[in-house]
Amino acid sequence: SSSDSFRRWLCVQLQYPHVTVIRGYLSAAASLQSSAPKMAELGAGSLLTGDPAFNYQEHELNERLKRLYPAVNEEETPLPRSWSPKDKYSYIGLSQNNLRVHYKGHGKNHKDAASVRATHPIPAACGIYYFEVKIVSKGRDGYMGIGLSAQGVNMNRLPGWDKHSYGYHGDDGHSFCSSGTGQPYGPTFTTGDVIGCCVNLINNTCFYTKNGHSLGVAFTDLPPNLYPTVGLQTPGEIVDANFGQQPFVFDIEDYMSEWRAKIHSMIARFPIGERLGDWQSVLQNMVSSYLVHHGYCATAMAFSRATETMIQEDQTSIKNRQRIQKLVLAGRVGEAIDATQQLYPGLLEHNPNLLFMLKCRQFVEMVNGTDSEVRCFSVHSPKSQDSYPGSPNLSPRHGATNAHVHNTGADSPTCSNGVTPTNKNKSHNKYTGVSSASSSPSSSPSSVNYSESNSTDSTKSQPHSATSNQETSDSEMEIEAEHYSNGVTESSTRIMNGTYKHQEILQADDSSVDDSCSSRQLCGGNQAATERMIQFGRELQALSEQLCRQYGKNATHKKMLQDAFSLLAYSDPWNCPVGQQLDPMQREAICSALNSAILESQNLPKQPPLMLALGQATECVQLMARVRSGSCSFARVDNFLH
Amino acid sequence: MACIEILFRISDKFTATSRHYVDRLFDPDPQNVLQGVIDMKNAVIGNNKQKANLIVLGAVPRLLYLLQQSSSSLELRTECAVVLGSLAMGTENNIKSLVDCHIIPALLQGLLCSDLIFIEACLRCLRTIFISPVTPVQLLYTDPTVIPHIMSLLSRSQHTQEYITQIFAHCCKTPEHQMVLFNHGAIQNIAPLLISPSYKVRMQALKCFSVLAYENAQVSMTLVNVLVDGEQLSQVFARMMQRDKPIEMQLTAAKCLTYMCRAGAIRTDDNCIILKTLPCLVRMCSKERLLEERVEGAETLAFLMEPDIELQRIASVTDHLVSMLADYFKYPSSVSAITDIKRLSKLRHTRDFCNQLDHDLKHAHELRQAAFKLYASLGSNDEDIRKKITETENMMDRIVSGLSESSIKVRLAAVRCLHSLSRSVQQLRTSFHDHAVWKPLMKLLQNAPDEVLVMASSTLCNLLLEFSPSKEPILESGVIELLCSLTQSDSPALRVNGIWALMNMAFQADQKVKVEIVRALGTEQLFRLLSDPDTNVLMKTLGLLRNLLSTRPHIDQIMSSHGKQIMQAVTLILEGEHSIEVKEQTLCILANIADGNTAKELIMTNDDMLQKIKYYMGHSNVKLQLAATFCISNLIWNEEDGSQERQDKLREMGFVDILHKLTQASDPSLCDRAKTAMQQYLA
Repeated sequence: SSSDSFRRWLCVQLQYPHVTVIRGYLSAAASLQSSAPKMAELGAGSLLTGDPAFNYQEHELNERLKRLYPAVNEEETPLPRSWSPKDKYSYIGLSQNNLRVHYKGHGKNHKDAASVRATHPIPAACGIYYFEVKIVSKGRDGYMGIGLSAQGVNMNRLPGWDKHSYGYHGDDGHSFCSSGTGQPYGPTFTTGDVIGCCVNLINNTCFYTKNGHSLGVAFTDLPPNLYPTVGLQTPGEIVDANFGQQPFVFDIEDYMSEWRAKIHSMIARFPIGERLGDWQSVLQNMVSSYLVHHGYCATAMAFSRATETMIQEDQTSIKNRQRIQKLVLAGRVGEAIDATQQLYPGLLEHNPNLLFMLKCRQFVEMVNGTDSEVRCFSVHSPKSQDSYPGSPNLSPRHGATNAHVHNTGADSPTCSNGVTPTNKNKSHNKYTGVSSASSSPSSSPSSVNYSESNSTDSTKSQPHSATSNQETSDSEMEIEAEHYSNGVTESSTRIMNGTYKHQEILQADDSSVDDSCSSRQLCGGNQAATERMIQFGRELQALSEQLCRQYGKNATHKKMLQDAFSLLAYSDPWNCPVGQQLDPMQREAICSALNSAILESQNLPKQPPLMLALGQATECVQLMARVRSGSCSFARVDNFLH
Repeated sequence: MACIEILFRISDKFTATSRHYVDRLFDPDPQNVLQGVIDMKNAVIGNNKQKANLIVLGAVPRLLYLLQQSSSSLELRTECAVVLGSLAMGTENNIKSLVDCHIIPALLQGLLCSDLIFIEACLRCLRTIFISPVTPVQLLYTDPTVIPHIMSLLSRSQHTQEYITQIFAHCCKTPEHQMVLFNHGAIQNIAPLLISPSYKVRMQALKCFSVLAYENAQVSMTLVNVLVDGEQLSQVFARMMQRDKPIEMQLTAAKCLTYMCRAGAIRTDDNCIILKTLPCLVRMCSKERLLEERVEGAETLAFLMEPDIELQRIASVTDHLVSMLADYFKYPSSVSAITDIKRLSKLRHTRDFCNQLDHDLKHAHELRQAAFKLYASLGSNDEDIRKKITETENMMDRIVSGLSESSIKVRLAAVRCLHSLSRSVQQLRTSFHDHAVWKPLMKLLQNAPDEVLVMASSTLCNLLLEFSPSKEPILESGVIELLCSLTQSDSPALRVNGIWALMNMAFQADQKVKVEIVRALGTEQLFRLLSDPDTNVLMKTLGLLRNLLSTRPHIDQIMSSHGKQIMQAVTLILEGEHSIEVKEQTLCILANIADGNTAKELIMTNDDMLQKIKYYMGHSNVKLQLAATFCISNLIWNEEDGSQERQDKLREMGFVDILHKLTQASDPSLCDRAKTAMQQYLA
């Protein structure tokens, strides 16, 4: 068939980048070739550095740190990962990726003491921070100190001897709290022992562990920004640090769980006193406005009757929006555009970016075989693609996404507009090895951010995408900028799910997807439909060029177009690096953007108050991290979204 | 007066309405009866006065009658059970009245009905009754068919599970109860409930296992092999100890694992004990926990590590446990202090404050005894830990005052703690002497119950060791009579401690003390002890004899007065069926006698005894050979009067040949000993 030969041709093109692509509508797709190999090189390059064991350790470290300290934003406050070669006394030698510390001075007396600090201070957002040190050799006298110190504390000393310095010493088991004289604290420690140091940034205390046993509080009223520190004093002393490279001997996660439970119960038992009634009406309004926003018309009416709350928008308007949303979510984007133009004339004309996004989506849906422009050609569409058979409504779904349901199009409603972390990009990686090719995940925790998934590169860790926003200046992007400031997008949702466990589940699901999707065909397998799609692609390309002339270059548009077109480069678009676009869940972002635009045109809030509150809460928690309130680690908003 | 009148009128009114409720139970129309019971149900909820009235007015027998009548509708029977359950929720007196009306057999009978709602109502009522301290738990076991039937009801619903497990958890108090429940499949039936979706069911199931496993090896051994949803039970328990779980659950799970460990089903070096159970129990001792939890935590921890020095060492450095326990003493220590505070506070403070004080007072004893127990367990083996304990703030003072507290539980725990610390030579020499602990200890020994006496006398044994500076003052306080009376006790432990203390006392003691011991004890009692069925008593008595018979003048003096009896006793033991250790000790006594100047003759003139010595020189056990040779060596020692005659006599009896043979012995000390003896002949 023509599409087959076209695809073969495209594949050849992709392998030979020097061949110029002639056909206009393919230029975008083919331009991928210049970027894709580059990314592959990049990936390979980073994989080849160092020995595999080291890389494995790095991976372990990243996974563990993400799991232990999900609230830490490492771009702002990096975690300690090794000892600093720059922040140490000259008698200290470092080896083994700066994790092993040995003493190389004379060790005659205390004047020969030497310390080293970790690369970074402990971020408050850890909530509870922990590292361990294994005594490889006690050397001559075993005068070793393990502890914490602030930036700038003299390194020609053992930790604990000076102001803003704290240590637990092996020779006598004493704790030193910014003083030359120690207090009896714990047992002595020597060769073979593993000493742990835990900093509780909620109550600013510290305790140590020895071989997995907690020794009790050593210090209270600790200042912020302390660095893990070790000090040695006699020849032969060697210690190894574990900042998360290996499993800890002490069960720190169990300790953390206690504090998480404490803080959660504190939140749950927060006294609201006399204002109980106020709170109830606020909550009712929030629910009501949320239902209205998403067009759950009947539910909203029933709710308002039961709770006697007012609804601002009239019913017809809600139903119109509901209809348009249903169309988008069913993949019938062309019809949705028509309906919008009919019901809200001028809206799309004033939002060329939105229109372009819609058209791009329409193209994708054509590939999918769901858009009415191609659907009319085929007698029936495969059931697996009709993802909204029962209720084509947006249904709030929170918590972990069941990827299986999405991919196979089972009978349950699959659209989510709540927190739906997915690992789709990960699960697809196994076919390609080019992780950055997949677009940003649909895991944005709230409906307000869906547009982000098409406009930013997922490899950037997002919420602070001030950079990406700078490129866009039109109104639509301003909206997004606002959303970002509310911080509802959470890179951590992905982090949370980036565990092996989830990945395994998803991969298992993938295999079942492979089976069920074998019947999928481009544009529903209809040749006329394919022709129509190709023609539509040309129109889309033309629109892009027109917008470019009118408003100047737009990288987001270019990327969107590239992604959409590159679907055609694969024999099975559903299982390709950019195949994620075909996922019905991807419709939610554009659906939400369109809904917001309509609401705004009617002078209604473009975002429901519930989402504003959610965004506010999330932002507050992030602010807590910046003002060094450690409890933020355990008061995360997504903990409360079930 | 007006006030009182009104009160009377009100109470009259109460009785009148109560009367009315009871009357309706006798209505001929069953529908009216049902409505009457339902109204009664609504009237008694939360109203203790109403409950008491109804009981006084005889509602219970009528309700029980209606409940048992098969002609009653199920709905009526169920409502009756609900009302009875409500009455049981009242005071302890209510429970007593209900039990006196034979409510338990009636409700147990009701469980045979097939209707689940009715069964649940009966079980709920039974549960309320059985968890009351006034109900005799034995009533659950009177009818042997009850337990298997109740066991079969476990599968009926979450409610039956909750009530039944709660009943079991409260009614399993003895090893017999454990075995009844165990034999009826309690473990298999209850284990799956540990992962029930209902927290209450999980919790009660867990409590069942803690009471089932307590000091029961059979149950514990079975438990380790049980799988719940593919997971080992110890893992399930370990998960329940996670720090975000409710405290009650953590503590009970730790108890289960502790009991399994003590029963030998889990090793003490197992990670789930060392890294999970032990730290969990230490956490339970922290200030943040409720007083009850701290008591249970400390007691369980004491029990867990009692036999294991490694666990003691770990616990002693975990979370400052030793100093954390010192906080257990910071509660009002005497009743008078509390009453004083209360008297003052009545003027100024609220009732809540007084209630709080009552609560604290009730737990103050419990806290102190728990802390003493835990200190005792911590310090039972390791010298460093004992040092750490005695160095804890005011520790010795606290023990000393604990020894004379009114609560027997506290006294017992304090003396246990003292006993544990008294195993330290250093502490005996220092802190024990400094704080004159012997004084309250001696006081404690007067008229104390046996369990206290055992511990106190055992501690006294240590205080009487020769290097203990307390030995002198104790001797002067006239302890000998007391110890001698202990040797006449029915309890073997007390007899051992009594004679042991005397033995320690006699070690290198003055002649005066020795004479006093022999006098006070009396030879008759001494010989009775030598035929004591308890080997320990026999060994310590021999030890006493040996200590008495040391240094030549003492030997001669005692043998001159009691020689005949002692020689008889020695003969008896050497001829009897005794362990090697006993015989060795006896031969050593003989050797001591042989060392006396005049006492020697008691052996030399006793050919039978000499034959026995000869026999033991040729015994297969080296220790006995050594002791016998030592005896001969003493008899033939050169520098003493008459040594020539003795040498000649013994040569005639063939001892030289034996000694000669023994110089070839493979055991070096025996060989040396024989050679030394031979030299006496050569000189």
